[in-house]
Amino acid sequence: MEHLIEIRDLRKIYALGEEPVAALDGVSLTIENGEFVAIMGASGSGKSTMLNILGCLDTPTSGSYLLDGIEVARRSRTELAGIRNRKLGFVFQNFNLLARTSAIENVELPDFYLGRLGRAARRARALELLKRVGLGGRSTHTPAQLSGGQQQRVAIARALMNEPPVLFADEPTGNLDTKSSIEIMNLFTELSNEGITIIMVTHEDDIAAYAKRHLVMRDGHLVKDDGVGGGA
Amino acid sequence: MNVFMIFRVAVRAIWRNKTRSALTMLGIIFGIAAVIVVLAIGKGASLNMVAEISKMGNNMVMIFSEQRHAAAGVRGAAGEGQSLTASDGNAIRHELAHLVQAVSPEVRTQMQVVYAEKNWNTTIYGCSTEFSTIRNWEVAEGSFFDEMEQRQCARVCLIGRTVANNLFPNDDPVGRTLRIGNMPFKVKGVMGVKGVGGFGQDQDDAVLAPYTTVKRVLQASAFPDNVRQLKLSLYSMDQLEEAKREIALLLRQRHRLADDVYDDFRIIDMAEITSTMSAVSSTMTVLLAAVAAISLLVGGIGIMNIMLVSVTERIREIGLRMAIGATPANILGQFILEAVVLSTLGGAIGVALGVAGAQAIGGLQGWPIMVEPSSAAGAFLFSSFVGMFFGFYPAWRASRLNPIDCLRYE
Repeated sequence: MEHLIEIRDLRKIYALGEEPVAALDGVSLTIENGEFVAIMGASGSGKSTMLNILGCLDTPTSGSYLLDGIEVARRSRTELAGIRNRKLGFVFQNFNLLARTSAIENVELPDFYLGRLGRAARRARALELLKRVGLGGRSTHTPAQLSGGQQQRVAIARALMNEPPVLFADEPTGNLDTKSSIEIMNLFTELSNEGITIIMVTHEDDIAAYAKRHLVMRDGHLVKDDGVGGGA
Repeated sequence: MNVFMIFRVAVRAIWRNKTRSALTMLGIIFGIAAVIVVLAIGKGASLNMVAEISKMGNNMVMIFSEQRHAAAGVRGAAGEGQSLTASDGNAIRHELAHLVQAVSPEVRTQMQVVYAEKNWNTTIYGCSTEFSTIRNWEVAEGSFFDEMEQRQCARVCLIGRTVANNLFPNDDPVGRTLRIGNMPFKVKGVMGVKGVGGFGQDQDDAVLAPYTTVKRVLQASAFPDNVRQLKLSLYSMDQLEEAKREIALLLRQRHRLADDVYDDFRIIDMAEITSTMSAVSSTMTVLLAAVAAISLLVGGIGIMNIMLVSVTERIREIGLRMAIGATPANILGQFILEAVVLSTLGGAIGVALGVAGAQAIGGLQGWPIMVEPSSAAGAFLFSSFVGMFFGFYPAWRASRLNPIDCLRYE
């Protein structure tokens, strides 16, 4: 069976000052379709670099990365933009919604760049997604009129707009109170149960507990992997 | 992502920062408005000049005496020799009657004119009975001198309005006798107001008398038939080239010029003067428009500045757009279009303001104004170009940004 994600000997070297620093120092792993993975580690452990490369926001210095069977390690910025648009959804710690723009228009945004749907179909799908995350009645609210938890749910709806197989979440509950955090994590669990692959970076153990597989990074190495995929 | 969607995003971004967008546009607005106003005034002035010049006469052609060129190349000073004669004028009048409507010699002399205790220094024009027709200059009061008076060197004259105002502030001049130099002249009439001429001279500051009288009586000339200038009026300007050719032929014959001798006269038509004058005015217009264009350049730099600020300010938005799939080309397009919309909107407002401003200035100053649609359209298009040009660099910078750095930017 083909893996959803297969990385092999991934390295990312930053030339900071005199000494080059390896943020990722030869990481290999596979992730299967439908997994719910938490990447953990102290700051500077390389978990963010890992997420950026897996999320096609950054390219590795060396190594190979097969996403859905396609090599994406050395692609142009334009090609990576297309891959992110079609295959990946992103949820950020600080939500990153467009200010002074209604919730529904924020959700529609990925399809502006894909152009898959017509105007009416796009609006309908965005509204359906907002209902899905429990914000059907707030589609015209701007981010300033929404609570943190609501904003994050809008962001999740946006991430789902182009029906990507993989959802990346970078500290999705980092800016939320406990109650909102639980709501968001329950939403992720539901999505995971529906078969969407979720890869989440967090440093909180109770948040990581929602995931089914846990990767621990330290000094650019993968030091613990309790999951089904295992180290390739 | 199609152009219409990028356009919507751009309009939205501009709308979100209304005050800043409006202030940014000001540079373009004033630049474009200035260009339009300057071009409108320049064009108006040049049209006015052409109109003024054509007012100088009806289909007028002037023939000037030129120095006979000696075989050895010795030349006299300008105007020294008066090769033309009044008889030349008569010959043209009769032999080219199918082309020429009226002919008048013109001799000028600057003299003191005296009436009672008032005196006035003015130009005395010696001319023929047909002068009024040629110059398109009607008699306002009294009548022009006639053939008989011209033949007899009668001491009669017509005075321009300025002269009338200065010598006869209270009296009716017609029928009075004034002195030119020390000769008494009877005032036959007052000419209508002609106004300021194309060269800025007061055309009403003049006394008209038969050329015969001026040559023989006032100047006591030894060559009473020789004149410096002949003015004539054609039936139609369409026959200008033919008329010039015929006149030259006739004059060369009459002056017995051999084939290898230059003309001893020069024929000038109003078209030549008009084109010279409008060349001068269009040079001025180009100069002023260049100055106005510099303000447009400054406006463009203002747009670039604000776009750079906007890129920095919206760096997280750029990062997010890239993360969810915007390509560098999408980002480039978005920011260029934003600059273009900004400058084009400014251009449109500037055109409106410029047209209104030109009308207002024209009305206030009494200047002739001519807004050419082509210059308005050109200025408008140029404003879009300014946006594209000055928007490119900030947009290019935005498109080169790294999404991770953008997303982390605080």
